[in-house]
Amino acid sequence: MKLLLKGGRIIDPSQDMDERSDVLIDKGRVARIAKDMSLSRNKGGGSTQIIDLEGAIVAPGLIDMHTHLREPGFEYKETIRTGAAAAVAGGFTAVACMANTNPVNDNRSVTDFILRQAAAAGLARVYPLAAVSKNLEGKQLTEFNDLKEAGAVGLSDDGRPVISSGLMRQALEYAHSLSLPVISHCEDLGLSEGGAMNESFVSTDLGLPGIPSISEDIMVSRDIAIARYTGTAVHIAHVSTAESVEMIRRAKREGVAVTAETAAHYFTLTDESLRGYSTNFKVSPPLRGARDRDAVRQGLRDGTIDAIASDHAPHASMEKDVEFALAAFGMIGLETSLALSLALVGQGIITMGRLIELMSLNPSRILRIPGGSLREGSIADVTVIDPEREWTVDPSTFRSKSRNCPFEGRRLTGKAVLTIVGGKILYRDAEFLP
Amino acid sequence: MENKKRIVMDADRIDRSISRIAYEMLEDNKGAEDMIVIAIRTGGILLARRIREKISHIEGVEVPLGILDITLYRDDVIMRGKKPKMGETDIPFSLDDKRVILVDDVIFTGRTIRAAPDALMDFGRPRLIRLAVLVDRGHRELPIQPDYVGEKLPSAFWEEVSVNLSESGGSDEVLIL
Amino acid sequence: MTPASDNAITLTRKDLLGLKDLSRDEINLVLDTAESFKEISTRTIKKVPTLRGTTVINLFYEASTRTRTSFEIAAKRLSADTVNISASTSSVVKGETLVDTAKTLEAMNPDIIVIRHSCAGAPHILARLVSQSIINAGDGFHEHPTQALLDLLTIRQRKGGIEGLKVVIVGDIQHSRVARSNVYGMTTMGARVTLCGPAILIPRSVEQMGVTVETDMKKAVRGADVVMMLRMQFERQRSIVFPSIREYSQLFCLTGDTLELAKKDAIVMHPGPINRGTEIAPEVADGPRSVILDQVSNGVAVRMALLYLLAGGRQ
Repeated sequence: MKLLLKGGRIIDPSQDMDERSDVLIDKGRVARIAKDMSLSRNKGGGSTQIIDLEGAIVAPGLIDMHTHLREPGFEYKETIRTGAAAAVAGGFTAVACMANTNPVNDNRSVTDFILRQAAAAGLARVYPLAAVSKNLEGKQLTEFNDLKEAGAVGLSDDGRPVISSGLMRQALEYAHSLSLPVISHCEDLGLSEGGAMNESFVSTDLGLPGIPSISEDIMVSRDIAIARYTGTAVHIAHVSTAESVEMIRRAKREGVAVTAETAAHYFTLTDESLRGYSTNFKVSPPLRGARDRDAVRQGLRDGTIDAIASDHAPHASMEKDVEFALAAFGMIGLETSLALSLALVGQGIITMGRLIELMSLNPSRILRIPGGSLREGSIADVTVIDPEREWTVDPSTFRSKSRNCPFEGRRLTGKAVLTIVGGKILYRDAEFLP
Repeated sequence: MENKKRIVMDADRIDRSISRIAYEMLEDNKGAEDMIVIAIRTGGILLARRIREKISHIEGVEVPLGILDITLYRDDVIMRGKKPKMGETDIPFSLDDKRVILVDDVIFTGRTIRAAPDALMDFGRPRLIRLAVLVDRGHRELPIQPDYVGEKLPSAFWEEVSVNLSESGGSDEVLIL
Repeated sequence: MTPASDNAITLTRKDLLGLKDLSRDEINLVLDTAESFKEISTRTIKKVPTLRGTTVINLFYEASTRTRTSFEIAAKRLSADTVNISASTSSVVKGETLVDTAKTLEAMNPDIIVIRHSCAGAPHILARLVSQSIINAGDGFHEHPTQALLDLLTIRQRKGGIEGLKVVIVGDIQHSRVARSNVYGMTTMGARVTLCGPAILIPRSVEQMGVTVETDMKKAVRGADVVMMLRMQFERQRSIVFPSIREYSQLFCLTGDTLELAKKDAIVMHPGPINRGTEIAPEVADGPRSVILDQVSNGVAVRMALLYLLAGGRQ
C-alpha cells in the first residue's frame, strides 16, 4: 500500500528543502515529493493511505546515535524491544546501541544477537556499536573487520574511556582504514574517581565529591591530538564542558576530522538541579555549570557540535532509589530528547533545519547508515512532528522499561506524532491520528 | 470585646493577705526551723520573696529561697510546634528532710501546680510539701488544694486573673481581665 | 501561674537536616533552650519526664560511640525511650536498602529518628519518605548540624557572643561535615570565618560560602578568637589524602607556639576524637584555653534541646 503524506512542512537539509509539499511513499522508499499530489496521477494501481499533515513538520527519520538498550544481560532495565518501542514513540526511526552489555558486544555473535532481536521487534532500526577493546578492558582491540561484517556500524567503549593513548591511537588508525567511526567517551578516571557530580560550588555545598570539568577536557584534547597526528577521524560523545566545545571548534578550523555529539540534558540543565539530591540528575559526564550549558548551546548553533544523541541510559529503581553516592549514573532520554531539542528552536538558538541536521542528517553521515534524507529514492524513514503540541512529561506512560527521568512533570512543547520506518507507520500519536 | 479591667485586690489587701499567709505558715510549722520556700516560676517569684521578707520580719530568720521551673514536667508540653519557654531552676541546697512551701501567685485548674511536687521529688526527699497561693480563682480540674490562700476570688473561666507586684513595675494589684 | 501560651517558642520545622537551613533566630532558640537544659545534667536525678512515652530511634550507618552516646543520654534524660540500630547488626547487612529501612521504621511509629550515614543526602531521603522528625547526626561530608550547634553554644558561653569573632577552622575541610556546618552556622551568626588546610583539601569555590581561605596556618591563626582543629583521617576509601602524618603536623598541628599568634584569650576547640600530636599538641589539648570538654557536655544539652523542640512537631 502506498502512503501519501499531504500538506506538511517538509524540512530536509540534505536537499536544502523547507517547504509545504506532499510526500508519496511506495515500497518502503520515498517515491516522490511534489506539491498538491492527487491520486489520479498515480500509476500502478493499489490503494493509497492518505494522511493530512497540515500544521506538522515532515522530516527525514530521526536517528539517535547513542543509546543503551541493555540487552543482552540487563533486561530488567530495558530490552531491545522496549528500547526500540521507546525510540519510535520518541520519533526515532533508527538508534545506535552501545556495547556495554553483558556479555559485552565485542564479538560477532553478540552483534548477531542484537540484530536478530531488533528484527524480531520490528520497530526502530537498531544499529549495533561494538566495543573498541575486548570486554571493555582497554587492553586489546576487538576484531573490527569481523564486527563490521556482522553489522556493527561503529566502535565505542562508552561507559568507559579508552585509557591507554597507545590503544586509542591503534583504534583510530585501524578503524579509519575500515571506514568505521570511533565514538569516544572522554573521561580521565584519575580525576573523576569517586566523583558523583560536577565539581563546583554546588558540590562543595552539598558535600558530594566532584568530577572536575578537566576530566573531560584532558581526554578530548588527547583524542583530538591523536586524530590530528594520525590523520584519522574521531567522534566525541556527550560533550558537556565549555572547554571541550572550544577545543573541538579549534580542531575543526584546523581541518581535524573530529565530530561531536551532545545530549539534551547538557543544554537544558545545570548542576544546580542536584540540590535536593535527586538521583535522576546523576549522570556521567555530570550536569555542568551555566557557562558550560550555554557553550554547548552555542556549539550546536555554530556547527561545532554535529549531533544530538540522547545517551538513553535506563536503570531500575533499585539502582536509583538509593543514597546519592551509591546511585547508578544515567537517565533515560528517547522519549524526551526531541521535545527538549525543539525548545532550542523555540528559544531561537537553532533553526528547525539545523535541528533536523543534528538529529537526522548528521548522525546518518557519521555512522554511514541509510536515512537522514527524504531525497526521492531514499528509504522511507520519516518523522512527523507537531511543533505546537503541549504535553506534560509522565514517565509512567513511557514505553521504556525504566523510569529514571529527571523531567517528570515538566511541560514541553513539540512531539513526534508519526514515526514511519521503511514506509510503515510504527508509531502514531493517538491524539493526532486516532 | 472591650477590655474590662477590674481591680479586685489593692495594695493594702495584698499586704494583709501576705502577712496572714506568713503567720499561718509559721504557726503550722511552729517557727521557721527547716522551712524552705520554693517559688514556682514565674508567677511565684516576687510573691515568695515578699513572704520570705515577712517571715524575716516576724521571726528574724532568713529562710532559704529556691526557684523551680516546672515547664518540663507539664503534661501539655509536647504540643504541636509551640513549646513553652523554659527558665532556670535554682535550688542550690538540699531539700532532704525539709519542710518545703511551694509558692505561686494564682491557682486555677491545678494542672501547673500538680507538676511541682513531681519536680521537687527529683531534687530530694522533703519531709513535707505545702502549697501557698495569693489567689484561688476556682475551676479546679484536679484534686489539688492550697494549704495557705490569700483570697478566694470567684472568676469566670474565660477571664484572666493577673497578679502584679510593684517590684515588676506599676503598683500592687490583682486584676481580672 | 504562667499560661502555656505565653512565651511560647517555636521551631516550625519537621526535621533538622542542616545548619544551612537555620535562621539566626532559630539558632538562638536552640542555644537558649540548650542553656536551660544544662542545669538538669548537674542534678542528682538527671531526668525530667518531658518526653515520657516518646520513642527516639538512633539509626547509625556509620560507627560512632560519642555522638550516639550523646544522643542516647540526651533522650534518656528527657525520659524518652531509645532504640539503637547500627548498620552492622541490622537488616542492612542483609542488603536492605535505606528506603526499605525507612519505611519499616515508619511503620513502627517512632517519634524521632536520628540518622548518621556515610552518604550525603541520606537524611534527606528519610525526611522525604517518613512522617517522623529526622535529625541529621552526620551525612557523609555534608553536614553535622548538632556538632556545629554545640560548638556555637560553647563559643557563646566562653565569649559572650558570636558576632564579629574571628574563627579559624583548620584541617581537612574537603572531607569535613563539621567544617561545613560550622561555616553555615557561624556566618549566619555574624562571625568571620577563615578556613585553613592543605591546598588539596580545600573544596572548590568554597569562598562562595562567605569565608576566607588560607593555606599558611600561622597567617590564619593570627589574631583569632577561636581556633577549631579538625580531625585528620589519613586513609579515605582507596586513597591517601596527604603525603604523610609528619608532613601534615609540621604544617598544621596546633602547637603552643602557633597558639601564641592568636588572641591572648582565644579558645581552642576540637570535635573529637583527637589525634594527639597530629593536629593538636597534647599540652594545648589539655591546656587552659582548650574548651574541648565543654563541647562534650554542651553536646548533651544541645541534643536535649533539639529533641525537646522537635518532639510533637508532626501532630
